[in-house]
Amino acid sequence: MLALTSGRLITARNLRRYLRPVITNQRSRQISTYNVDIAGLTEEQAEFRNAVAEFAERELAPRAAQIDKSNNFPSDVWEKLGDMGLLGITVSSKYGGLDLGYFHHTLAMEELSRASGSVALSYGAHSNLCVNQIHRHGTEAQKQKYLPDLIAGKKVGSLAMSEPGSGSDVVSMSLRADKIDGGWKLNGNKFWITNGPTASTLVVYAKTAPERGSKGITAFIIENTFKGFSTHQKLDKFGMRGSDTCELVFDNCKVPEENVLGQVNKGAGVLMSGLDLERLVLSGGPLGLAQAAFDYAVEYVHDRKQFGQPVGTFQLMQGKIADMYTSLNASRAYVYAVAKACDRGRISRRDCAGAILYSTEKAIEVALEGMQCLGGNGYINDYPMGRILRDSKLYAVGAGTQEIRRMLIGREFNEQFKSS
Amino acid sequence: MRPSAVRLLNILVPIKRAVDYAVKIRVNPEQTGIDLNVKHSMNPFDEIAVEEAIRIRERLKDAVKSIKVVTIGPPKSAETLRTALAMGADSAIHVEIPESAPAPEPLGVAKTLKALIERQKEGVDVVILGKQAIDDDAGQTGQMLAGLMGWSQATFASKVEVDPEQKIANITREIDGGLEELRCKFPVIITTDLRQVHLHVSTKPRYASLPNIMKAKKKPVEKLTAAEIGVDLTPRLETIKVTEPPKRVGGGKVASVDELLARLKEAGVTGKRA
Repeated sequence: MLALTSGRLITARNLRRYLRPVITNQRSRQISTYNVDIAGLTEEQAEFRNAVAEFAERELAPRAAQIDKSNNFPSDVWEKLGDMGLLGITVSSKYGGLDLGYFHHTLAMEELSRASGSVALSYGAHSNLCVNQIHRHGTEAQKQKYLPDLIAGKKVGSLAMSEPGSGSDVVSMSLRADKIDGGWKLNGNKFWITNGPTASTLVVYAKTAPERGSKGITAFIIENTFKGFSTHQKLDKFGMRGSDTCELVFDNCKVPEENVLGQVNKGAGVLMSGLDLERLVLSGGPLGLAQAAFDYAVEYVHDRKQFGQPVGTFQLMQGKIADMYTSLNASRAYVYAVAKACDRGRISRRDCAGAILYSTEKAIEVALEGMQCLGGNGYINDYPMGRILRDSKLYAVGAGTQEIRRMLIGREFNEQFKSS
Repeated sequence: MRPSAVRLLNILVPIKRAVDYAVKIRVNPEQTGIDLNVKHSMNPFDEIAVEEAIRIRERLKDAVKSIKVVTIGPPKSAETLRTALAMGADSAIHVEIPESAPAPEPLGVAKTLKALIERQKEGVDVVILGKQAIDDDAGQTGQMLAGLMGWSQATFASKVEVDPEQKIANITREIDGGLEELRCKFPVIITTDLRQVHLHVSTKPRYASLPNIMKAKKKPVEKLTAAEIGVDLTPRLETIKVTEPPKRVGGGKVASVDELLARLKEAGVTGKRA
């Protein structure tokens, strides 16, 4: 008689049962078509990416559908990200960071996005928009005070520049900061703020000298416990559901002087230079979504049979596979090249804008085509394609619009070619 | 009054790089083995062994002097060592064999481990191994090593409690009839089972965080060859043929007990009164 415990031969099939819960709903995909050779990663970068991919695969991917459905960011994920070391990639080890560069941060963003677009977006807002800005412009005291908890995932970070009346024209913002004894008094609103509902530490831009336009903006570090600060309810978004977004309300919100980030009235520089790096790191988001869409579609079209053969063998479908694959790899090549240049200190505004412009456009195309590859199944929410497409559309308006990105690049060339 | 110095423990954890458990296994065209051009990772039982060693240190703190991991394998096995270092091991030994060399057999591995243990100037008190590797399912190395060394052994351990002061380990083993409790004197060989628990909490292996992965790169890895330690890893067994199991033929459903008895008789199965 076969022994019931350890005497029994444990075959790989039995082992699978012990080690993984049975996934009834969807096939668990083993293969990703990410091409490490074409990506040009060093051994160390590949190891980094694998570690993040494994983390995302086990902590985020199984929950992605539920997060989207519930429109709630799972609060336990922040500390998991913190324990993994993901929240301070570009920060000095002095504050608990990894002392790595923007390329690594982009790689992390890509892999998290491949598992869950909405978690990755909130992650990007916390780790790049908030944490990286405090790291770059904060005083020693500010960094010591705010960075450790943000990097551990004990506190959630956010950044607020957009307002109901100031989106693309961000410099026209009207949140006022008036000087008072010991600090400033803020009045106004911010809108479209990722992590707004749960953030404890927020980098907020306000007009300290409205009459001076762009030369009258100051960045502040706000704590959600400051008197006069409140939030309105979470927005009900088309996609990126689970990346909580809301409006911030400042009603005579008192901010102490030591919470000015950078220098008074010099906030525009902080804002604009931050935007270049934000565009770069967030470019990883569309890349991850495109990879997820492609991996799912290419496996599906080889499983699904019609007319006696896998649908992927029909020429029109082969064409789709080819177009998706090449778009994905071309956008990755551009994003990675820009990321590596930024790590060498060569931060080019037109290329950071170009990276997110291109990867966003391609991701939406790949997601649409991926959905088409699934036929009718692409149209039901049992399958992840709908979520991937809805998430990808955000990048056309989030972190800037495609139109502004195009304008920026064109303007950069206009400046360059201006006849002196 | 200073407490008396506790004997510091040295733990050795041999690990193996094997085909990942989630891979669909395919026999190679030559029928000499399986297709090895697939994802590999640390043998899951060995992950539990590494995790157990680290939890012992978390509980006993400074009483554990070192956790060393060792592997016998091709150059790529270095990745597996790095994973163990990232989980918390202090240093590693890589007995490197050529990429084309045949996989070492349990007896060869046990002999190599014996030679390595004898080389350790500070001695080894506890060796924790996975009970079997998921590629060959041999389940022999731990037992053979204990035999070669003349050390106490506790295999298929489900619970391990180490007492460095008394120099013993209290181990609960899974056996056919249930659970067996053993007290083993140091030095001891332990092989880990799947349903391992540590202080009533299941020993699920931890995943390496990025900071630990980066720290692991600075941890020492000693590289050796089998020749340098005087061990011959030539296989003693020759694999003649590897094939897939025959396709399962469908059974049939019976409508009654009588029909069942009739079918069993047809198939030549006879009953005997107890």
